Amino acid sequence: MAKLSATVYSSHVPAIGAAIDLGKQKEPYWQPLFRGYEPSKLWMREHTPDVIFLVYNDHATAFSLKMIPTFAIGCAAEFTPADEGWGPRPVPVIKGHPELASHIAHSVIQDDFDLTIVNEMEVDHGLTVPLSLMFGQPIAWPCPVIPFLVNVVQYPVPSGLRCFNLGRAIGKAIALYDQPLTVQVWGTGGMSHQLQGPRAGLINRSWDNAFLDELIDEPQALARKPHIEYITEAGSEGIELVMWLIARGAMSERAPRVAHRFYHVPASNTAVGHLILEET
Amino acid sequence: MSLDKPYKHVPGTTVFDTEQARLGYHLNQFCMSLMKPENRSRFLADERAYLNEWPMSEDQKQAVLARDLNRCIALGGNIYFLAKIGATDGKSFQYMAASMTGMTQEDYAKMMAGGGRARGSPLPNGEKA
Repeated sequence: MAKLSATVYSSHVPAIGAAIDLGKQKEPYWQPLFRGYEPSKLWMREHTPDVIFLVYNDHATAFSLKMIPTFAIGCAAEFTPADEGWGPRPVPVIKGHPELASHIAHSVIQDDFDLTIVNEMEVDHGLTVPLSLMFGQPIAWPCPVIPFLVNVVQYPVPSGLRCFNLGRAIGKAIALYDQPLTVQVWGTGGMSHQLQGPRAGLINRSWDNAFLDELIDEPQALARKPHIEYITEAGSEGIELVMWLIARGAMSERAPRVAHRFYHVPASNTAVGHLILEET
Repeated sequence: MSLDKPYKHVPGTTVFDTEQARLGYHLNQFCMSLMKPENRSRFLADERAYLNEWPMSEDQKQAVLARDLNRCIALGGNIYFLAKIGATDGKSFQYMAASMTGMTQEDYAKMMAGGGRARGSPLPNGEKA
């Protein structure tokens, strides 16, 4: 049977990808951020899973306004990094895991979550930046990745509670897969940031840290936080944080072990949060 | 009865909801077209002519020509789509963000380096962030 071993949470700021690709990690602006991910890279070397189920959002890259799936799962054998306007990131092609992806789609749809199945798709910084932060710059990614997309661009986005319950269905589907695979679920995006209007640049350090505390200890209560609080306290784009609840919902109800926690302001316009939670 | 939209009252913020998306459909799809290098060149060569190929309102076209991002957002634009205009112009995202706040890019960058805009701090129109 497949087993969920850990969950990983990280912001996915595009400027972080650019800093890695242009070799700016040692610059004074970026150095504190990348130092915070050094323990994560060491941890990943010891804990590379067989598959990563990576929850993220597309940023007007693969999906325009022509079609807007609330939840979509990538079932292809591979996914190419997209050209987001300044050329594709120089990172390896992402290998998928069509067998596990199809199994999860089947199980989760039968549990009443209506997923859109995507068989051809390019992936943007939302997916590739967390991989770069956790793995550095390998020639090939060390394991397959199943992209899982959530609409957090056009409101209404799914509620925190729906995301948490979807995570539970994903956790159940993983446990029902009859191959001995180790799987990690990653939740990405956030933390506080607002990219639009006169209020652009909003950051809320205390709210973000309370969110991290609750994600670890009280995820079911956190899942009931209404959208308006994310928008008011964490900025209009801070709503991306509902995606972290999918990863958290996939874990068992036992208290997780916090393998790493990191918070840094700013990366470009955004507060960066990062957690690694291991199953106990 | 009507739908509850409490996010309409957040200062300095326009949430891109289904209503805004309906208003801005062609504006945003125009932005999406700028992901192709040949379209970026055609747009830069004659912006007005390129915009006229899209069923956008005159207000939307004027807002794009003026690079008035707040106006574009009011008319249904979404920032992830509008960012493609900035990329076409060779401008950084921070330049675009600053342009919406009434701050210089330098002052905006300083604010971010200093921990960002605080909740409750004053906005240009006198409201609180």
